[in-house]
Amino acid sequence: MSARGHLLGIEGLTKSEVVALLDLAEVFFEVSRRPVRKVPTLRGKGVINVFFEASTRTRTSFELAGKRLSADVVNISTSTSSVTKGETLYDTMKTLEAMHPDVLVIRHPASGAPHWVAERLGVSVVNAGDGAHEHPTQALLDAFTIRRRKGRLDGLVVTICGDVMHSRVARSNALLLKLFGCDVRVVGPRTLMPTAVESLGVRSFDRLEEALEGADVVMALRIQQERLQGALLPSLREYSRTFGVGPRTLAYAKADAIVLHPGPMNRGVEIDGGIADGPQSVVLDQVEAGVAVRMAVLYKFAGDPAEPPSA
Amino acid sequence: MSQGKPLLDRDGVALALSALTTAISTGVASDRLALVGVRRGGVPIAARLGRSLPGNVPVGAIEIALYRDDAATALPDPKIGPSQITFDVEGRDVVLVDDVLQTGRTIRAAIDGLLDYGRPRRIWLAVFVDRGGRELPIAPDFVGHRMGPEVIEATRGTRLVVDMTEGTESVTAEPRK
Repeated sequence: MSARGHLLGIEGLTKSEVVALLDLAEVFFEVSRRPVRKVPTLRGKGVINVFFEASTRTRTSFELAGKRLSADVVNISTSTSSVTKGETLYDTMKTLEAMHPDVLVIRHPASGAPHWVAERLGVSVVNAGDGAHEHPTQALLDAFTIRRRKGRLDGLVVTICGDVMHSRVARSNALLLKLFGCDVRVVGPRTLMPTAVESLGVRSFDRLEEALEGADVVMALRIQQERLQGALLPSLREYSRTFGVGPRTLAYAKADAIVLHPGPMNRGVEIDGGIADGPQSVVLDQVEAGVAVRMAVLYKFAGDPAEPPSA
Repeated sequence: MSQGKPLLDRDGVALALSALTTAISTGVASDRLALVGVRRGGVPIAARLGRSLPGNVPVGAIEIALYRDDAATALPDPKIGPSQITFDVEGRDVVLVDDVLQTGRTIRAAIDGLLDYGRPRRIWLAVFVDRGGRELPIAPDFVGHRMGPEVIEATRGTRLVVDMTEGTESVTAEPRK
């Protein structure tokens, strides 16, 4: 049995593949706004969400996406699974594979875990976030949101602010936006900036004001307090003053700039509460886009394995 | 069927369109009429009919790829697009419009799709060309052009292309890719 394909990361996708997925997501965006928010497309198909890391929004989003396509969706989280009894990732995955799902959606704290699984199973694997590596559906939903608001992706100035080092969101977004020739800027404390970040094709800044100058799109990243070990930040208050997206700093961006945040937000830390609720914020648009984008991804990868991939 | 010679030329298309318009306007006596074209072939025909029918008839479009009986096994269609139904279908007389009727499977899917937008009073079916070959118990209410048995036989296995480009309208049989 061979799977139709995998979505392991933005890396390896072409611009036209990204555009095709975003166009497909437009179809499903419309479905979610109908009186009956469900289509029979994936009737009889199975999707298993396996989350080895806490997540509410991504898991719910994948779950709703599967259900709106009429697939059978099962969620497994590590706190309630045999993983707590010492089962290895390999055995967990082989067990799930034996139940014949069509797609496994995997979130795992280790970078590369979905790739490892994809190489060993004959099931389509969708990466729902692996360590600090990639979060492809987040980058796709961000791109979808930006394209709807700005009418295009090509050539935009996008500033990604905050904890770039621990952020798979930043990495996937940078990879995607570079496909569209965007001027991608990253900014944050030196301690939270990966070495050789420029290898992603982005420009790195030390001062938020400079990085925001003329930006069309501002992405605030969550300060991942669970991943911050040791003295990477002096204090959250100082961080907020220097790198928080607020009325004073946002004024450096274009007047019609939009503000994104992958959630969950730390209000008053990386993003000011007033900005988060303000007219420039598209945070809730991102959530709505998330379901549509994940429907597109499941639709593309849950098809019959006998068919050749893409065409 | 020799290629190049259309099954219907510009005049033939005009004739079929006017037959369809007349049939609908006399057949559906309703002040709650709406047209819904089946994406993609039915959409330009629904637009034409909308312009020639009396009154201000709302026109929408429905995508059926998500409702196909082979949706999960067929390749994801790169030409799939969103449905556009901006009016309330509740209680309306909706005329589904498609370019070519053959197996009826598309229409089955379109009916399912339409019902997800509400409960019309009645759904009618208007097709531009009926080429026979039904695989489901579906019959059109209005037909622009009904192909004869010889032509159906001669065009077996071909793809009927209905071109609604203003000024160069035609219906041709082309070999399947």
